Amino acid sequence: MTTTVRTSSLLAISDLTVRFRLPDATVHAVTGIDVTVAPGELLAVVGESGCGKSVLAHALLGLLPANAAVTGTALLHGDGAPIDLLTADDKILARSVRGRRIGLVPQSPATALTPVRTGRRLLEETLRAHGRPRAEADTVAAGVGLTPADLDLYPHELSGGMAQRLATALALAPDPPLLLADEPTSGLDRPLVDATLDVLRQRCDNGAAVILITHDLAAAQRVADSVAVMYASRIVEHRPAAGFFAGPRHPYAHALLDALPDRAFAPIPGHPPMLTALPAGCAFAPRCPHAADDCGIQPGLHPDVACHHPIGDRP
Amino acid sequence: MITAEGITVAYGRRRVLDGVSLSLARGETVGLRGPSGAGKSTLLRVLALLHRPAAGTVSIDGTAITGTRYTVPAAVRTRIGVLFQSPRAAADPRLSLADIIAEPLRVARRSDISARVADLADTVGLTADLLSRRPHAVSDGQLQRACLARAFAHTPDYLLCDEATTMLDAATQALIATVITDYQQRHNAGVLIVTHDPALMTRWADRTLDLADLPATAR
Repeated sequence: MTTTVRTSSLLAISDLTVRFRLPDATVHAVTGIDVTVAPGELLAVVGESGCGKSVLAHALLGLLPANAAVTGTALLHGDGAPIDLLTADDKILARSVRGRRIGLVPQSPATALTPVRTGRRLLEETLRAHGRPRAEADTVAAGVGLTPADLDLYPHELSGGMAQRLATALALAPDPPLLLADEPTSGLDRPLVDATLDVLRQRCDNGAAVILITHDLAAAQRVADSVAVMYASRIVEHRPAAGFFAGPRHPYAHALLDALPDRAFAPIPGHPPMLTALPAGCAFAPRCPHAADDCGIQPGLHPDVACHHPIGDRP
Repeated sequence: MITAEGITVAYGRRRVLDGVSLSLARGETVGLRGPSGAGKSTLLRVLALLHRPAAGTVSIDGTAITGTRYTVPAAVRTRIGVLFQSPRAAADPRLSLADIIAEPLRVARRSDISARVADLADTVGLTADLLSRRPHAVSDGQLQRACLARAFAHTPDYLLCDEATTMLDAATQALIATVITDYQQRHNAGVLIVTHDPALMTRWADRTLDLADLPATAR
């Protein structure tokens, strides 16, 4: 993995906040996210289920339901003036952004594939729409480990893992500069997980950017340049991957890595908070062995870890 | 000991298991691995008495079991608990978590159900505020814990886990494994885990079986 210093950014997210209004509550799904993604960067967003990872991806594509309130900016750079994804007209998002400039590998491929068409027709349609020859379908499919015979099956004839790989192939077909991959390896066995991750890594090495949303820390460790850990709607640590896996600094990130079966295999005591009733201050404090009085005040991400008592700072 | 001997299963013309045998003793943790589509889940369903094999027998402590599902006496069926990969698919979305846990107790017309549900929920670390919620209002990890409490309802001697932590984050996976290991030690239960993850397999299982290597006689 290379970590080159880059001056340009492809996507600059600033103070992104998402709230869902429910009849009797407000869900704090994403809070104050500041992230920049450079061309060639593979950013892994990790965290427990329900921490807001997927909402972040859907906010960037304008795919949130009507009860969502989104604030902040997310500037997508490219040819011409940057587009703010959060305020852009839906027509612009539909015609020039979704699929073309930002690809999405959805979390549940079974619901993302048109059931009455074969994989080949879905893939050829996508290639044609983006000005690529239909004959490339087999090549694109082979890139994610699908054979030409697999492409001739209908979605209901595919196993979960094959459907996942077809969804990945569809997202890759337009060759988007930025790919959002939302749990692209769920349901795959380890060799296929590694193959899929290597496809994503290859894209970054060729200059595209990937945001990999995953709960699989081993996956993140294999391919990521940088890692952002989300807990209870906020990023609590965002650092280059090598340093992060060698020595996480936020107590939550430390506990999450310690839960891995090849580390301590130890669960984190307590429960994650409800996003409808977050505690004041640091949301991890009730479960944190290092919590102190000042944890009642929300720590900022300074510069890469949001904690009053990060690991490594104590005497 | 629960034993499967000479299990053969075909779906249509495709034979997924051909004379496979394995055994699981009480107190041990056996890991089962094999590539996608090798028949791991099918073998687990046969052991759980959910799928009738074309050939072969399942026996507990040397007594062969005939039939599957409700044709097996309840006293035999309840000796085996199952935890599935997807808690969403394994839980009735209309029921609260408390009712999901209570279902096997109600079917058996047990008394003291609410006390037993509270006890089971405590075992898997579910708090009272979660028990009144329905599946859509909890996370996958919380729902899988309710499914685990349900699997513990009749204190099974054998627990079969089919990729039960694959879709969960590391913290929840470690929690589920800890809860299962505690249960195993308290009740001397045999645990079968099916997983793709070599690190998890090494850490959790006492011995590991590869489905491709399983012989036609029990071992």
